[in-house]
Amino acid sequence: MAPFIRIDRVSKRFGTFMAVNDVSLDIMKGEMFALLGGSGCGKTTLLRMLAGFESPSEGRIFIDGQDMAKIPPYERPVNMMFQSYALFPHMTVEANVGYGLKYEDISKAERAERVRAMLELVQLGAFAGRKPHQLSGGQRQRVALARALAKQPKLLLLDEPLAALDKKLREHTQFEIMSIQERMGITFVVVTHDQEEAMTLADRIAVMDKGVIRQVGPPADVYEHPNSSFVAGFIGSINMFDAEVTPGGAATTLDVPALGGEVRASAKDIEPGRKVKLAVRPEKIALSRERPADGNCFPGVVKDLGYFGKDSLFRVALASGALVKVNSVNSSRDGAARAADWGEKVWISFEPSAAIVLTD
Amino acid sequence: MNRRPVFLISCLCFGFAFFYIPILSLIVFSFNKSRLATVWGGFSTQWYAKLLDNDQVIKAAVLSLQIAVTTATFATVLGTMAGIALARFQRFRGRAGLSGLVTAPLVMPEVITGISLLMLFIYMAEWIGWPGSRGFTTITIAHITFSMTYVAVIVQSRLTSMDLSLEEAAMDLGARPWRVLVDVTLPVIAPALLSGWLLAFTISLDDVVITSFTSGPGSTTLPIYIWSKVKLGVTPDINALATVIILTVGIGVALAAYIMHRAEARRERDVQMALSQDTP
Ligand SMILES: Nc1ncnc2c1ncn2[C@@H]1O[C@H](COP(=O)(O)OP(=O)(O)OP(=O)(O)O)[C@@H](O)[C@H]1O
Ligand SMILES: [Mg+2]
Repeated sequence: MAPFIRIDRVSKRFGTFMAVNDVSLDIMKGEMFALLGGSGCGKTTLLRMLAGFESPSEGRIFIDGQDMAKIPPYERPVNMMFQSYALFPHMTVEANVGYGLKYEDISKAERAERVRAMLELVQLGAFAGRKPHQLSGGQRQRVALARALAKQPKLLLLDEPLAALDKKLREHTQFEIMSIQERMGITFVVVTHDQEEAMTLADRIAVMDKGVIRQVGPPADVYEHPNSSFVAGFIGSINMFDAEVTPGGAATTLDVPALGGEVRASAKDIEPGRKVKLAVRPEKIALSRERPADGNCFPGVVKDLGYFGKDSLFRVALASGALVKVNSVNSSRDGAARAADWGEKVWISFEPSAAIVLTD
Repeated sequence: MNRRPVFLISCLCFGFAFFYIPILSLIVFSFNKSRLATVWGGFSTQWYAKLLDNDQVIKAAVLSLQIAVTTATFATVLGTMAGIALARFQRFRGRAGLSGLVTAPLVMPEVITGISLLMLFIYMAEWIGWPGSRGFTTITIAHITFSMTYVAVIVQSRLTSMDLSLEEAAMDLGARPWRVLVDVTLPVIAPALLSGWLLAFTISLDDVVITSFTSGPGSTTLPIYIWSKVKLGVTPDINALATVIILTVGIGVALAAYIMHRAEARRERDVQMALSQDTP
């Protein structure tokens, strides 16, 4: 199947500054695609090129097989929700949401109905007659979302769509966005710097850094198999140590000074003697009072303990002075049954398969 | 109390006195019973009544108002166009030059502007036979040329502070550039347009220099009328007339300032609200 959006070696230069640097992406029809990255990494710029407000300095963009180079924003089958919302201050909520439908070939009654349905969707039915400056930030954000959705475009671009919402409303809206996507088959590109949001929403994630795409893949792939220390560190929490590959058999063996010993990892094809990084997710490390029978295990002392309700975060100090983060689920209500307490001597251990070996 | 406020307050008083005592004395003497402009002879409103009987004054006032309204309207349209061009075409060659050209009339001596327009009208009359005589049309054209500059500056500064993404959002929703202008840009900057109109109106209403170059026989505006009268000596009826003009112009300027201020305050409030609520 041909991709719905094809971004072909696109770069955007502002003066000498490369905001987007040689990005290529294929996005399928009906996909929910998330662009994830820190502030200023070029997410909005990439989105603006898709919407047509910026033209690429290099490269080409195809949407639905059509080259977008000469197509102005008002002729693209694309709607965008702006990071600043960009609500029209002189129009009511209703007029804002209905604005795009003015230029469509539909009857007045149908237009009113669509607007009503959209406001219902974002739970703003009671606010139809208000002006934007009479709304809270979260309400404005929902109006902006409704306005972008109202035209039911083939491609919807959302720039930080949920940043101003509280947790509950955010979860609700995430769910709504997902169900809209399934119902209407709209392709979504969502920009976010909230990795959890990206994980929940997206079919695939692209991690951006300084205008470059570092990794693209399904959330689980990016989380469990990061291709670089940047991606590993950016998504989720992780323990990372300098390491060196020692010659071994089928499994790779790493010499990790910070852990004070050798670690077996199930990575393949890395030449012996190579300097690498070992990364282990905190929830993949087990904590025990006795030395476990096998696996990679190291002794340490509990330095710090954070209780978060469903789980706890331990920081264990090793002999080398390195601190290791360990996440453990609080499966029992009995405090004494916790894996360990402050100052206690413990063993940390993890499976070879939990060890991520990163070559950059 | 320390000394600073005393000093500042005296500065303020002096400034106000310097500016407003002449105007105040003019207003006071317009209610003077005496014929002599400088001797107080008791309170009276007779000079105002006399004004209404003076056909010449009424005719001049009507002409002035007609010119001012026409000028303000055209100046607002043209000035808005210039302001939009200056604010929206960000990077074209000669932008700085054009910007300078638009604002130059603000600082150009009025005599120069007046003479150049007079020359233009004379040459045009010679070559294309128009304008046959100078009057309403030539005065209005002259007023438009220099008052549109003020409108352009107001519109430009309003547009540069307007969020560009509003226009982008409209375009994104399918509006062509012309519709974007009508649906979004103009309504958003409407207060600036209104205050620009009022400013152009007052500028046109009290102009003497440029008008005197471009008017002809039989087309006497109010300021010109006053000017010609004052040459023969100040009389209380002129004081009365001047008071009326001051009031009109004052109201116009105050209204313009108020409209701008209110729009500014509202925008400020919106921005504040937006900032306090969009924590990243
Ligand atoms: N019009 C412009 N002129 C010059 N530089 C720009 C322009 N627009 C964006 N940039 C720069 O390009 C870089 C990327 O900007 P962009 O808005 O795409 O960031 P972002 O990833 O959306 O960040 P955020 O998460 O903060 O919104 C930034 O460093 C920014 O300063
Ligand atoms: Mg952004």
